[in-house]
Amino acid sequence: MNKQTPTLLVRLWHSLWTTLRHAWAKRETVSYPEIKRPLPGRWRGRIVLTRDPDGEERCVACYLCSAVCPVDCIHLQATQRDDGRRYPETFRIDFSRCIFCGFCEEACPTLAIQLTPDFEMCERSHDELVYEKEQLLIEGQGKHPGYNFYRHAGVAISGKAIGEGIGDTPPVDHDTNLP
Amino acid sequence: MSLTQWLLTLASIGLVLLGLLLIGAIMSYGERRILALLQDRLGPNRAGPFGLLQPVADILKLVSKEAFVPPFADRMVYTVAPIIVPMTALLSFAVVPVSEDGWLADLNIALLYVLALSSLRVYGIMLGGWASNSKYSLLGGLRSAAQMISYELPMGLALVGVVMLSGSFSLREIVAAQELPFIVLQPLGFIIFLVSGIAETNRLPFDLPEAENELAAGYNTEYGGIKFAFFYLGEYLGVLLIAALVTVLFLGGWHGPWLPGVVWFALKTLALILLFFWLRTSLPRLRYDQLMDLGWKLMLPAALFNLLITAVLGLFWMKG
Repeated sequence: MNKQTPTLLVRLWHSLWTTLRHAWAKRETVSYPEIKRPLPGRWRGRIVLTRDPDGEERCVACYLCSAVCPVDCIHLQATQRDDGRRYPETFRIDFSRCIFCGFCEEACPTLAIQLTPDFEMCERSHDELVYEKEQLLIEGQGKHPGYNFYRHAGVAISGKAIGEGIGDTPPVDHDTNLP
Repeated sequence: MSLTQWLLTLASIGLVLLGLLLIGAIMSYGERRILALLQDRLGPNRAGPFGLLQPVADILKLVSKEAFVPPFADRMVYTVAPIIVPMTALLSFAVVPVSEDGWLADLNIALLYVLALSSLRVYGIMLGGWASNSKYSLLGGLRSAAQMISYELPMGLALVGVVMLSGSFSLREIVAAQELPFIVLQPLGFIIFLVSGIAETNRLPFDLPEAENELAAGYNTEYGGIKFAFFYLGEYLGVLLIAALVTVLFLGGWHGPWLPGVVWFALKTLALILLFFWLRTSLPRLRYDQLMDLGWKLMLPAALFNLLITAVLGLFWMKG
């Protein structure tokens, strides 16, 4: 017998006793469908399109979310209202490709696209995971209540274009300020 | 034998087979629940009441999988190997006496028969690892062979003490001789047999042939579906067999007050199975050299020492 044998037996018993004590410990498992843990407010889940305080669509169809999306899962088609305000004609997110990285939310200049604390969106086919605009657009303002993009950007009225008001700076021509 | 006798024999074989398979299935569920109990988890609790139908779900899943044979495998051996493992365990149960009159066969060399079958068991694992033709499987199979050889020696030697005390190789007579359970007379032999038994069934802390962390899944890396299920069944039947053998050889089998013999046998076996599960969740896997050290440098001399003491004391007692 080598010298370590007594301590080895003590250590063996220590291991056994430790696991045995855990029979009475609190379970770490959460029985999920019955018990739902509260999700943090910044949880990156299902993507929604929000409205501004006036109930108009915030989205101005700038394509930035579509451009920044690393998996190319956002597809939209811009169109214009009679008063010149842009909005997406179609807005489609393929949630079977979406990785919920939140880049679209960061890219959005009008805080329109937002990620919500909801992940329960299983479907039996890929097609059902492609959400159209009707499924994405919600009635509320989401995480940023009171924000209206046009309060900051201004709107053109008859006889006065954007930037022609007193104290306004004229808009940048984005075709000339490319790097 | 007459036709009725044949039919009765066949029916009893079928019944025992079915019962053993059922016990194996329940053990797979019980092990997961008990591991979960000792690890602050819940374990499978979805299929049926308390998750009791989990084995059914598992079996359905495994059976409905594709019977895949890797293109680089030795097809014939690969298919046969998983059958050997549960078969040897099932055959061994023929000689295990459950109660005073509950046994299928009373061989006069039952103990040798059991040892021989447990040696054959290694062929299933080793050939499975060899035929898979992958490095993980091969390493697992080789380890299995080395482990079996190292631990069969102390296992057999520990049993010689039991045979000396009872004067018989028949398991039924060994139990009948245990008015006082042999664990009292052979404490060292009991420990050696139990540890070797764990090593023989490839259970933690001796699951080197499987060794998930190092060898993916060891000898059954390339196995899936029903063939994998056979390996798994073999493992659980092996645990059941070792527990039953320890009960028969050291814990007095069916002997016990108040309750009927079968119940005592079942209770003792169950306690040993729980010990197997408990050890699995508590102890880390031995390193390969530690395994060999333990087998050759500690267990084998201890078994020989036990044999010597038993022989000397037995000699004096028999004289007196």
